[in-house]
Amino acid sequence: MNPTGLKAEGATGSDAAVDDAPATPLAAPVLTPEPPRSGLRRVVVTGSGTVNALGLNVPDTMAAMREGRCGITRLDFRDVERLTVQIGAQIHDWEPEAHFNRQQILLYDKFTQFSLLAAKEAVAQSGLAFHGELGLCSGVVLGTAGGGLNTWDENYRVVYEEGKNRVHPFVVPKLMNNAAASHVSMEFGLRGPAFTVATACASSNHAMGLAFQMIRSGGAKVMLTGGSEAMLCFGGVKAWEGLRVMSKDACRPFSANRNGMVQGEGAGVFVFEDYDHARARGADILAEVVGFAMSADAQDIVMPSAQGAERAITGAMKDARLNPEEVGYINAHGTGTAANDKTECAAVAHAFGHHADRLMISSTKSMHGHVIGGTGAVELLACIMALRDGVIAPTIGYEEPDPECALDVVPNTAREAKVDAVLSNAFAFGGLNAVLALKRA
Amino acid sequence: MSKDVHDRIIAIIAEQAMLDPSEVRPDMSPADLGIDSLGMVESIFAIEEAFDISIPFNANEPDQSDFDVSTVGSITAAVEKLVADRG
Repeated sequence: MNPTGLKAEGATGSDAAVDDAPATPLAAPVLTPEPPRSGLRRVVVTGSGTVNALGLNVPDTMAAMREGRCGITRLDFRDVERLTVQIGAQIHDWEPEAHFNRQQILLYDKFTQFSLLAAKEAVAQSGLAFHGELGLCSGVVLGTAGGGLNTWDENYRVVYEEGKNRVHPFVVPKLMNNAAASHVSMEFGLRGPAFTVATACASSNHAMGLAFQMIRSGGAKVMLTGGSEAMLCFGGVKAWEGLRVMSKDACRPFSANRNGMVQGEGAGVFVFEDYDHARARGADILAEVVGFAMSADAQDIVMPSAQGAERAITGAMKDARLNPEEVGYINAHGTGTAANDKTECAAVAHAFGHHADRLMISSTKSMHGHVIGGTGAVELLACIMALRDGVIAPTIGYEEPDPECALDVVPNTAREAKVDAVLSNAFAFGGLNAVLALKRA
Repeated sequence: MSKDVHDRIIAIIAEQAMLDPSEVRPDMSPADLGIDSLGMVESIFAIEEAFDISIPFNANEPDQSDFDVSTVGSITAAVEKLVADRG
């Protein structure tokens, strides 16, 4: 592994050259121990739920990740023939009627529907009911980038293309970015902190990080958290086409012949709970959330910076009191674009020094697509699977080694390995980075 | 027509590079002109709009697209061909 030369490209601004100086190889950094922090609560995951192209629940999704199954197919929606990119990890068997009544369907955009179904699975697994006191100190924080984008798209079509002058009365409550978080709060009676985070592709990692911090600081007992995205519609994909970073054939993260990202859709929602509370009621603990850090590149609106990513990675380990050698697996941001994958590998190589050659890093976006604001939540399932089941989800679609991504990317086939601590990376457009650290329960 | 097409392409590239068209030479690369990957995507969009053509360009593999963006000369030649094919 030679990190030299793996530097972020396209940096703009006069300070960029200084900040983006090539990384030099380092020994595994030893983080300065910090004094124990009193009063902080431990935070555990006691429920998980998802809806995505690999499955409409957690067991089906994890089975697909173990098999290395690809959820990317030909897109199917109105006007798809006018798109130059016609593939995506779309949920083709989505039937809202199977889960919601007529009135709910009128009120719920698809991103809200995905969130609610995932939240129901997570809460059912946790065994929690939010009556009385618990509801008052429990909340929900969800990430989404586009919110009710299908609702915007459909109603713009009605007024602009079809020339109608009247729209359905629920357009605003359907499309607003906080609709999903609000409906989840109503569904379960969560009366504490409730809000939505929108940081593009890092939205759900930021959301889960904030949920973690709220419980750790004693601000809440239980938080439902994760994120959702439903951007696979004509306007959603057309907008992405403009940037010319999408692949027309496949998502191949870290592979030398990668040619762009592939969008997905879906949601992931988790129950984060105060450890003492979970322990007292004998809950099944899926994993412990031990650290979180966020950083901003403050550099470029689309080109990532290795230094910004590295600061979030190192920050999460420091927050978790983890030494780099303890981390066995990283769920990568791994979008399959030329820029992200080499920058991310450079950041990991520099943050971990020699240990970078011993840890595993995979991008499950190769299977469930880039779920944008919901992606970190769907990807947290791969982290839980690694910690709980000892199965590392693979990077599928991997065809050719890239010297700029010379890490163990778990190519094409899942691997059995016991890992004690993992990280989950998310690096958003706008240079906003969010990394979570988890440990085996 | 060809001279007109050529001049319009140069004008678009010059505007992106914030230079006078007379300063843009055929042997210059986008990097020579200070045009980064996002600037390249913008220029291609402007050229597509100006000539009503579709340019096959993927920012992930600029060297492998059928559309050669290595120099100003290669860009103008490729656009002139697309405009001619359009008829």
